[in-house]
Amino acid sequence: MKDKIIISAKDIEVQFRVRDRFLTAIRNVSLDLYEGETFAIVGESGSGKSVFTKTFTGMLESNGKITNGSIMYHGQDLTKLKKEKDWAGIRGVKIATVFQDPMTSLNPIRTIGFQITEVIEKHQKLSKSEAKAQAISIMERVGIPNAADRFDNYPFQYSGGMRQRIVIAIALACHPEILICDEPTTALDVTIQAQIIKLIKDLQKELGFTTIYITHDLGVVANVADRVGVMYGGQIIEYGTVNEIFYDPQHPYTWALLSALPQLGVKGEDLYYITGTPPSLYNKIEGDAFAPRNPQALKIDFAKEPPFFKVSDTHYAKTWLLDPRAPKVEKPAAIQNLHEKILKMTAKGGAFHVGND
Amino acid sequence: MSAMTNRDVLLSLKDVEISFDNGGRKKFKAVQGATFDIYKGETFALVGESGSGKTTIGRAIMRINELSNGEILFEGKRISGKLSKQEDMEVIRNIQMIFQDPAASLNERATIEYCISEGLYNFHLYQNEQDRLVKVDRALEEVGLLPEHKSRYPHEFSGGQRQRVGIARALIMEPKLVVADEPISALDVSIRAQVLNLMNKLKNEKGLTYLFIAHDLSVVRFIADRIAVIHLGRIVEIAETEELFAYPLHPYTISLLSAVPMPDPVIEKQREPIVYSETTEEKTGPDYEMREIRPGHFVYCNPEQAMEYQKAAESIKEG
Repeated sequence: MKDKIIISAKDIEVQFRVRDRFLTAIRNVSLDLYEGETFAIVGESGSGKSVFTKTFTGMLESNGKITNGSIMYHGQDLTKLKKEKDWAGIRGVKIATVFQDPMTSLNPIRTIGFQITEVIEKHQKLSKSEAKAQAISIMERVGIPNAADRFDNYPFQYSGGMRQRIVIAIALACHPEILICDEPTTALDVTIQAQIIKLIKDLQKELGFTTIYITHDLGVVANVADRVGVMYGGQIIEYGTVNEIFYDPQHPYTWALLSALPQLGVKGEDLYYITGTPPSLYNKIEGDAFAPRNPQALKIDFAKEPPFFKVSDTHYAKTWLLDPRAPKVEKPAAIQNLHEKILKMTAKGGAFHVGND
Repeated sequence: MSAMTNRDVLLSLKDVEISFDNGGRKKFKAVQGATFDIYKGETFALVGESGSGKTTIGRAIMRINELSNGEILFEGKRISGKLSKQEDMEVIRNIQMIFQDPAASLNERATIEYCISEGLYNFHLYQNEQDRLVKVDRALEEVGLLPEHKSRYPHEFSGGQRQRVGIARALIMEPKLVVADEPISALDVSIRAQVLNLMNKLKNEKGLTYLFIAHDLSVVRFIADRIAVIHLGRIVEIAETEELFAYPLHPYTISLLSAVPMPDPVIEKQREPIVYSETTEEKTGPDYEMREIRPGHFVYCNPEQAMEYQKAAESIKEG
């Protein structure tokens, strides 16, 4: 799996013009995606995770611009595409996106069937009846019961989970190589979320596309991801395999994110929390963007931006703590022996045991 | 409720039914047969998915939704139905609410001082200006904000700070019960923790009682003393928190638990969600009621299922 790079973003910088000021939303982010993998991008709101992936499909808002870097995809630099026409064979065809809210990504006054066949007809040049047959088979594949009968329904006649299944069906109608899932389950109930996640994973196994999964929920990341990138203040500050990020995190921000999870909370004690607020991206950020909120920040964190230090062949983190000269700082107690702790919670009689054995 | 008989009941729902008119056709029953007590000083969580009726119950307690059957008692006095103006004022003061979205629930054109004072103005709960300002400062301090924040506007605050303002404006009324409807769902992970800690602190320091309405079992496990699980307008299981997590019995509760994503890739990749659909599980019938399976642990079921649940609980205990 780890051999062929399908898309490669290098030193991407994105700026937005807001009134007369410039906001740097993405600050030199590089990412190689491997064919067939699921890469999860995790971070808080405003960290830049959606903006970053929007550059892959040329969907930045009109006041936003890629001011540096390249995105190489099949020998073509996507940052050079300027006209809508240039994107025609890529956006929605080769690289498709599933957004958070299925109610806003579907057209409320068109039938479900129309919205799926529209995509198929446009991109595959099939006849009406062939397109319809294909649409119904996709609807069945994403788990819509009585698909043929529900073909002429409108979005409001579907539940939230069913609507998100349709959005996935539309995204997959052209057999994309890359599927960007931008918080696809955040607006859904937990039980429905579990079903949608499973659906995406099953479809990926069957169709072999590469997935970028954007979420703020580390539980979801643990479930879906092969590799994880943690974003903060417009940068990826740590990336590695999913096991490395959860069991051996290196960046203090990754520690903080994990420690603050209510799943790990001990009743009667305070939950770990991060003080302060994320940095303003209007100003130039000196040093490590997380330093002002990190109680154990080193002096150099405020002065100089850390480079990526190598932890393993697959695991890199942007923190001075990994410099050989840095003092030894242990990760917080809440996330030490994470696996053993959660194993206990999910074991028989434990808090999150589900009694299905 | 063996272990808890000597505790004071603050709020009591008895056989509450809430129905909505469905355009003249058959009425839609959003909540049926909801019966539970909330004890003084506890955090009682109502957990369910969208459409389960959890918010409807919260709104009924706030007397926004009318009951079509049953009654709600607060400190032994009926607060559902018609009240005198005097009683009405008292209930409003005693039961306050914290909302989900702090950005939407604060008036964006009013200063924080006004937002927090609004209840005081409406009920004239201050002697003079001086007294009002003292109260506002105290409320701000209790939620960890500073007096100088008074003159600012909601948009100048972060999400977590705004939710603190939402809590402060409830607190200033010195309520006995706070209904918190998904108070942290709109917040980022790191900010959630702050708000949960603050709610716990206020509970310990001021003896507040909470009705915590949520969809997320992992949050509820951390904050609640007791939990009621609600599905399609029916409460299906009530138990103390540790009890519910150790011995989940109703199939819907089990399905909800199986869907909580855990931050552990090895475990998470093995977990299979358990799907609960009311078409496969028999949901209700004439001999269904809340039955006590273990001490203080109630499940909505018929006598046969009660036996099965008892056996299931035994087998978990042995395992």
